[in-house]
Amino acid sequence: MRSATPWSTVFDDVLLATGETLYMVGVSTLIAVLLGTPVGIWLQLTAPGGLKPRPLPHKVLGFVVDLGRSMPFLVLLVVLTSLTRLLLSTTIGPTAAIVPLAVGAIPFVGRLVQNVLSEVHVSVVEAAVTTGSSTTRIVRSVLLRESLPALVNAIGVTAIALLGYSAMAGVVGGGGLGDLAVREGYQRFNDRYLWSTVAVLAVIATALQFTANRVARAVDRRRHASV
Amino acid sequence: MITVENLTKSFAGSTGQVRALDGVNLDVAAGTVLGVVGPSGAGKSTLARCVALLERPDSGAIRVDGTDLVSLDGTALRAARRRIGVVPQGDSLLRQRTAAGNVALPLEAANLAGPQRRTRVAELLDLVGLTDKANSYPDQLSGGQRQRIAVARALAAQPSVLLADEPTSALDPDTTGSVLTVLDRARAELGVTVLVVTHDMGVVRRICDDVAVLDGGRVVEHGKVLDLVSDAGSRTASSLLPSVDQNPAVDSAFDRVADVVLVGFAAVGALLPEATNRFGVELNLLGGGLTRLGETPVARFRVGLKGERSDSALEWISDAGGSVRRTLTGPQGVAA
Repeated sequence: MRSATPWSTVFDDVLLATGETLYMVGVSTLIAVLLGTPVGIWLQLTAPGGLKPRPLPHKVLGFVVDLGRSMPFLVLLVVLTSLTRLLLSTTIGPTAAIVPLAVGAIPFVGRLVQNVLSEVHVSVVEAAVTTGSSTTRIVRSVLLRESLPALVNAIGVTAIALLGYSAMAGVVGGGGLGDLAVREGYQRFNDRYLWSTVAVLAVIATALQFTANRVARAVDRRRHASV
Repeated sequence: MITVENLTKSFAGSTGQVRALDGVNLDVAAGTVLGVVGPSGAGKSTLARCVALLERPDSGAIRVDGTDLVSLDGTALRAARRRIGVVPQGDSLLRQRTAAGNVALPLEAANLAGPQRRTRVAELLDLVGLTDKANSYPDQLSGGQRQRIAVARALAAQPSVLLADEPTSALDPDTTGSVLTVLDRARAELGVTVLVVTHDMGVVRRICDDVAVLDGGRVVEHGKVLDLVSDAGSRTASSLLPSVDQNPAVDSAFDRVADVVLVGFAAVGALLPEATNRFGVELNLLGGGLTRLGETPVARFRVGLKGERSDSALEWISDAGGSVRRTLTGPQGVAA
């Protein structure tokens, strides 16, 4: 029987994996938000009743987005290998895992953003239209600004979802906490790894949610509801 | 001024095409207030959305100071929208912007520079009496204050026409007054032509010079409020004037019974007493009452007359500017 791994080694390994996880989640969230937000805006603008209704392109993009969302991440991870190689000339490691993570999250962000933007009341948008504002200005000053608190929350939700997906990054050698938990904790029956990674993952998820809530509240001007 | 010419608009409904507007013509002279009223489903909202350039009519023209705006696109359409200030139906303020920020929105769209923008916003907040709320957010304002900010925003880009779509529908009677006062001030101080679409005859009573009654997508009545109230058969008269109860038992006690509409201070104050003096008739008020349309006192009375010269008295009232409609020619047939 093997003796338990010393805590100092566990600590070092968990620390390294935490760094990999934060790197993967951080960069892929950033990319997904940057590329998914325009998708969401476009979906909302072209929707029936939107500012630029275009039924057919709207349906086509909506279909593609839903297809992307229904794809199991594990499959996407493998399917996108050639794209990853094309972009990064490698298919292993944390950086390589960022590609499928980001790509997988773009449709997710797109739908979230569209949902959030659709919550801006139609009378508010039409009021802006009657002021002679351009569509670009309405998107920026009305749709995005009015729903900023909800958008911040959507980013938080995305980051936490990607934290979950990043656990599968081990499949392409991405490392990270999930990988450590599976390889060391589960397959090698090492409870110290298992529980410490679970604890760190819980802390990260909680911290992300807490931060999202705080930032959302900070950018929300509606909080002084009582006169 | 704004003219609406032969406007038609149909929508696809569940039972085929629904004609929301069916050849609507309106004419609002510069610096006057027109109230568009009518039952729900009459086409009021559609008309408002067409005039706000949010909906394109199937045919017809909307002219502001002579220029037709309905066929415009792109930049020209956006510029045209700035010529018509719109107070949309319902809550329309940006909740993430201060009152001042909301008023500034059309000025940003018009690319007005910062300092000029701030001056203009201050003027408008002063006009609507909310200078002290410049930095408040909509959620900190009352419904009436929010609506006044919406009016200020609509006026920001110095439009020549102001369109208000049900501006008082969500307000209680007290705050309704403050919003109407602001609309009236826009006309009086800025010379803006105002078009108010409303289901509330109180709005017509308080601020409208002209009224158009819409029904089934058509204008069924259009004219000066004070002219229309003298026309006993008009819808405007029946909804704005004090009602008179029918009471045949009382009526039969008189030689003549008539409904008399009097417009203006002089008529309301003096016509009836003078008629009794001149013709030596006994004149009794059987019903009706006094009201006010804008600044003008207006009365509708049901009067019962006794005396030989009752007909002459009624004729004289009519000649002196009262509008008389006989409802009963007495049983005695005195005037014969």
